[in-house]
Amino acid sequence: MSEQVGLRGKAWFHALTGKHQPQTGDPASVWSANEKIGPQTALFLCVVPNLESRFPCVRDGQVGLEEAYTLAARVRETMAADRKKPRAQRRPIVAIVDVKSQAYGRREETAGIFLAAAASADAYASARMAGHPVIALVVGQALSGGFLTHGYQANCILAFDDPGVIIHAMHKEAAARITRRSVRDLEQLGHEIVPMSYDIQDYAKLGILHELLHVESPLKPTQSDIDTVKQAIVKAIDEARRGAVDLDVRRLSDAAKETRKAGIAARALMEQQWLEA
Amino acid sequence: MNQATLIPAFVKRSSFIELTGRSRAQSLFDEGTAWRELVGPFDRIESPWLPMQGVAPQSDDGCIVIKGRIAGKPAVVISLEGAFQGGSIGEVSGAKMTAALDLAARDSAAGNSTAAVLLLETGGVRLQEANLGLAAIAEVISSLLVLREHAPVITVVAGTVGCFGGMALTAGLSSYVVMTRGARLGLNGPEVIEQESGIEEFDSSDRALAWAIHGGEQRVGMGLADFLAEDSVEQVASAVRKYVAAGKPAQHRSEQIRLYRERIAALDTSRQIDPLKLREEWATSRQKRGAR
Repeated sequence: MSEQVGLRGKAWFHALTGKHQPQTGDPASVWSANEKIGPQTALFLCVVPNLESRFPCVRDGQVGLEEAYTLAARVRETMAADRKKPRAQRRPIVAIVDVKSQAYGRREETAGIFLAAAASADAYASARMAGHPVIALVVGQALSGGFLTHGYQANCILAFDDPGVIIHAMHKEAAARITRRSVRDLEQLGHEIVPMSYDIQDYAKLGILHELLHVESPLKPTQSDIDTVKQAIVKAIDEARRGAVDLDVRRLSDAAKETRKAGIAARALMEQQWLEA
Repeated sequence: MNQATLIPAFVKRSSFIELTGRSRAQSLFDEGTAWRELVGPFDRIESPWLPMQGVAPQSDDGCIVIKGRIAGKPAVVISLEGAFQGGSIGEVSGAKMTAALDLAARDSAAGNSTAAVLLLETGGVRLQEANLGLAAIAEVISSLLVLREHAPVITVVAGTVGCFGGMALTAGLSSYVVMTRGARLGLNGPEVIEQESGIEEFDSSDRALAWAIHGGEQRVGMGLADFLAEDSVEQVASAVRKYVAAGKPAQHRSEQIRLYRERIAALDTSRQIDPLKLREEWATSRQKRGAR
């Protein structure tokens, strides 16, 4: 793929909020805005590349220390503002996801990027459990620790049905190297072994995704694309408000019952034996 | 203590890291109390994805779950076996972990506080089960956060695999983290960084550098972990008992956003960061700020 990571994130953040900048005091790599969507105001968050970042290993749109703690701060700020409101009125949070990965850097490891990533996942999950509908909109790449930090704790994950959308544990070259295969073999294998696939339609078979969205132009959204996506987000927010605040739906969905049989069996047996122990 | 008495004590101790994942878990329960392994190897719930790729599965999928009593209270120990596929998280091992955390949370919410002890020896996602491994980690995180509201979650990283990848987030979310000097904790290991960002960024053959950054002494010293244990069953077990008895902390490390944002803002990133200097700075600011 020659397309630069992060362009889609920027395009969609602008399309949905009309803005294209961080809040004052935040790093240039985290865009956030509170904007209307449907009948309500939502907090929109997006990690974008910043070629001038003072951390060299995040310049291509990776999620690093500043990005993770900023996401956590913005989410926690929204939670604090809504603390006294009834759960049904708490502000939705929309994570627009187009991230290459977590940052692979020595500075990051030294300063404990694992805690930064944990803090962001904590904030998103805590917001969900406090009744804020959390929606992830995957418009491009959602890889590895980048996705765990930004998006994977959502009530509902929406993704474009488009070859440029990739949700995966590791990018192809590295996964091929570690599992001792060629990239071509790895791609081939993805067709037989669903969780290995880089194809978003295969990912949908895992039962984790809320909905696949069809858009004409994922990089330069048309007005009709924007309308489609806005409608889908509003619908997902409504469903999140009515649904459970945990992630159980990801194994209770029809697709999960097919693909995640072994995990579901392990859980059922654990529940039974727990009572006997 | 002179050398003559010091050496025999070290030699006679029972090592924790020489134990298998299962024996490590068993060693933590109160003496004389009954415990039971759940979804054990004889239940034979294995990874369906490994045999499809010519990799031998294991009948416990490398995840050992044992329920019993620690410090007189109900507790569940979840232990990842580093010797099987690097302790990696697959569909089954992930589901076992999530289910155990959910059940402990259910009991705890009903008034029967049940702590979880996670023995993490893992490189993170099992790449042969890629997306189901990543999804499992997201679910473990969510379930851990629910339990953490009711009962302490204690992570032990003893070595020798260490705790890396997505499971390092799990350590970061834990109420307490116990490490040994030989253990390492980080998001990306040196080999991964060298591969992705080049040898100038991280020379993975530099073992001293790896431990200076990720090692237990450093992580405890800078306040990213809570207790540095010797490699001894008794020391690890007594630390675990202490934290089970302590209950959940007033505030979790992963909630201290302002403190860590300030610390990151204060970093000089024009060159690599000296781990020892950073440890000293954070240790000092911790005393001043009353951080954990």
